[in-house]
Amino acid sequence: MLAKDAVYARRVGEYAIEVLIKLAAFSSIVITIGIIAVLMTETIRFFQEVSVWEFLTGREWTPLFSNKKFGVLPLFAGTAITSGIAMIVALPLGLMSAIYLSEYARERVRSILKPILEILAAVPTVVYGYFALQLVTPLLQRLIPSLSGFNALSPGIVMGIMILPIISSLSEDALRAVPHSLREGSYALGASRWQMVFSVAVPAAFSGITSAFLLGVSRAIGETMIVAIAAGLQPRLTLNPLVPIETVTSYIVQVSMGDTPTDSLEYRTIFAVGMTLFLGAFMFNVLGAWLQNRFREIYE
Amino acid sequence: MNKQFITGAIVVIVILLGYGVMSRSDTNNDGSDAGSREKSIITVDGSSTVFPITEAVAEDFQKTDSLVNVTVGVSGTGGGFKKFCAGETHISDASRPIKSTEADACKASNIGYIELPVAYDGLAVMVHPKNTWVDSLTVTELKKIWEPGAQGKVLKWSDVRASWPNTELHLYGPGADSGTFDYFTEAIVGKEDSSRGDFTASEDDNVLVQGISNDQGALGFFGLAYYEQNKDKLKLVPVDDGKAENGAGAILPSRETVEGGTYQPLSRPIFIYVSQAAADREDVSRFVEYYLDQATKLVPQVGYITLPGNSYERARDKFKKRTVGSAFAGGSQVGVTIDHILDAR
Amino acid sequence: MYWVRGFKIVFEKFMNDIYRHQNEPWWVRRASGIDQVVRYAGVLSILFGVVVLVVLFGQALIEGFPRLQLEFFTSFPSRIASQAGILSAWVGTIWVIVLCALMAVPLGVMTALYLEEYSSRHLLSRILEINIANLAGVPSIIYGLLGLGLFVRLLALGRSVLAGAGTLALLILPIVILATREALRAVPHSLREGSYALGASRWQTIWHQVLPAAFPSILTGIILAVSRAVGETAPLIMIGALTYIAFLPQSVRDPFTVLPIQVFNWVSRPQQAFTANAAAGVVVLLGITLTINAVAIWLRHRYQQKI
Repeated sequence: MLAKDAVYARRVGEYAIEVLIKLAAFSSIVITIGIIAVLMTETIRFFQEVSVWEFLTGREWTPLFSNKKFGVLPLFAGTAITSGIAMIVALPLGLMSAIYLSEYARERVRSILKPILEILAAVPTVVYGYFALQLVTPLLQRLIPSLSGFNALSPGIVMGIMILPIISSLSEDALRAVPHSLREGSYALGASRWQMVFSVAVPAAFSGITSAFLLGVSRAIGETMIVAIAAGLQPRLTLNPLVPIETVTSYIVQVSMGDTPTDSLEYRTIFAVGMTLFLGAFMFNVLGAWLQNRFREIYE
Repeated sequence: MNKQFITGAIVVIVILLGYGVMSRSDTNNDGSDAGSREKSIITVDGSSTVFPITEAVAEDFQKTDSLVNVTVGVSGTGGGFKKFCAGETHISDASRPIKSTEADACKASNIGYIELPVAYDGLAVMVHPKNTWVDSLTVTELKKIWEPGAQGKVLKWSDVRASWPNTELHLYGPGADSGTFDYFTEAIVGKEDSSRGDFTASEDDNVLVQGISNDQGALGFFGLAYYEQNKDKLKLVPVDDGKAENGAGAILPSRETVEGGTYQPLSRPIFIYVSQAAADREDVSRFVEYYLDQATKLVPQVGYITLPGNSYERARDKFKKRTVGSAFAGGSQVGVTIDHILDAR
Repeated sequence: MYWVRGFKIVFEKFMNDIYRHQNEPWWVRRASGIDQVVRYAGVLSILFGVVVLVVLFGQALIEGFPRLQLEFFTSFPSRIASQAGILSAWVGTIWVIVLCALMAVPLGVMTALYLEEYSSRHLLSRILEINIANLAGVPSIIYGLLGLGLFVRLLALGRSVLAGAGTLALLILPIVILATREALRAVPHSLREGSYALGASRWQTIWHQVLPAAFPSILTGIILAVSRAVGETAPLIMIGALTYIAFLPQSVRDPFTVLPIQVFNWVSRPQQAFTANAAAGVVVLLGITLTINAVAIWLRHRYQQKI
């Protein structure tokens, strides 16, 4: 075979791979279209019977009771409280763990601790749910006597623990990707280690850390089993973490596993609610992507 | 070979692969022929209430016949009917009768069903063991506690009966989407799903047990089976429905009272629905007959209550005759007798 | 007695760090002090996670210990707690996870490659990026709805291993993509440019330089994603895996159950004897995850390249 044939064959092969990769990439769009299609059809039928205004601004959510109210705000409040508490727990702890592992720890210590942390993310959410309900809630009840058996605080904290390794791992990878030249430059100018970390390494790794943060928040918002088991089934419009609430996701599970006939208005609420969550997350992610692009740094 | 050709070739290959995966999907899980004895699968799905019974039957049945596999799903009564009326399952477990919308869906896909009651489920009302003041509750009092108007108003035990202490009343019950909740509200408040909203709800009855057993002012309800497993943590409350015909005074739920029909209105029949097409299969019909045969033994084992008298015999006859249709007008009713169910049509 | 020695070492180090800077100016001592605070804050953060893990695992081990015998692994589920085992569950988990990884990893890595290596920053790829970030945040249960509509209904796969694996693959795909992208971004451009300068084509550069360099980090992302899939319950419940199954899948078209769903099923049963079964199931589940992680770490160490 002549050299030019070999080059030709390689170019053909290259192009074939490129096509394959492009197809793969567009699979994600197909998935999104699929989700929207599945949600949209039922959501439209739902809104033929319930007004969008009542849905978005109503303060009571009682579609399963005989006196039906379809205001979705209580469910969103529930999701917001639990996710908020989860991030308050996970972000500082995760970031500090990442900083310690990438900047302070010796390689041997790091190689032991990092995998242990990763296991936290692998614990099945059912286990976390019962952990929250049967260990964390009684523990917290001793500190806060007015805490009810189902509440938002307990699953929020446990979700934070579950998300911790996501933030820690990805932030740590981002920190490690910061070239040593930047660090050494900082030391050369007389910075101590913590000064280097907080004024050079962390800002340089900011896009990766933001990505980790966004992934963590998304995970918290979308978490189902932990809240389904430990947060309760009482939708209410409140920011009080000490009382039972219901989140969007635990509501969807409740209805799917329950006895509602599947071709009814009540069943369609899960699609309407899911659609709203999907759109809300979408807007949130657009914002996040914009932020990330503004702060992304390219080395060398 | 130019770029367009390559692009086209790859797209065609990917599509062919996809088609290959899709076309393997004609073999569905009810494609076995009755004649040859190959491994076959019977698919059951539906209510989580009926699940323990069907599971027990399936387990024992599979021990008698290793060539038949039975899967029992827990998609809920509604989810079960959806799959049933789409032809995806052979038998549907149901803790309530088929609703008219579901019956219409079955009619539209030409699926006839044979409605068979298999047991009674008793709903027990429970309080904390140290609750010394309650020795019975009437249906009227239960309605007063649970009706929607009680939200924010009936907050203490003394609000229910003046002679009771003014300890705070804390309510526990299954989630609003469960059949148990639907039935309780219909039986007590008079309208399905009509209830106050400020009670601790949980789909997991074990959580309710835990809640009630830790709370002196608690009052809750759930299936008798969960009470039987936790007798030491709970106190059962007899219920008086105020009708002397089916037993005067307050009645405690038990095997005898539920089966005998005196514990009213909180006992309900639970069902399996067998599709006509599936009943023609030799393995499915054997399974159903085994079910009705073993029910007297297995139903009490899992905490439910057997049907009275020769109900199982008559159910077997109904199945043999392949009598289709439902005895209910398309929804749950309180106080329907087994005779009515088995004699319809 | 190791931890007494460990404590001694830490304590000595701490005192040493204070004394070391005794004769230095105040700002050096302050910096050193804050350094210590940051260091220990980091350690405590990690320790918090480790303590939780130990409590979880320990409690499960204590409660589940009586059931952790060979027959637990070789028995099918049953209504009698002492006879109920996880055979169908752990076999099902392996089937589903392997299939899921086979689907998600190539697709995810290829998508990330497209975004990082092949696309110019025009509008279409921006849309793709936003799309993927969005998919990462979709609640797992919505993937369950999608899986139900797409795999179970449309492609008529029924409640099979293939449907379950597909649903989970859709779920973890965005995670794999995002993690791979970060890994690819971390590879310095100088590596790529050097390769091009030597006359390599784009794919040759990717296959021989970029991917090997990014491989350890890609592996981290895959580990996190697959670990997540092992523990997922909600989407599989939606497609009907919450089922009593007393036989093993023979093909990808057969029905199945997985460990977390079996545990969930057992915890909801009234008979208290099932809590031991559930705890034992949790121990097995964590054990499988540990094994996955351990294998991945070993792989990561073997292929670690210093850039």
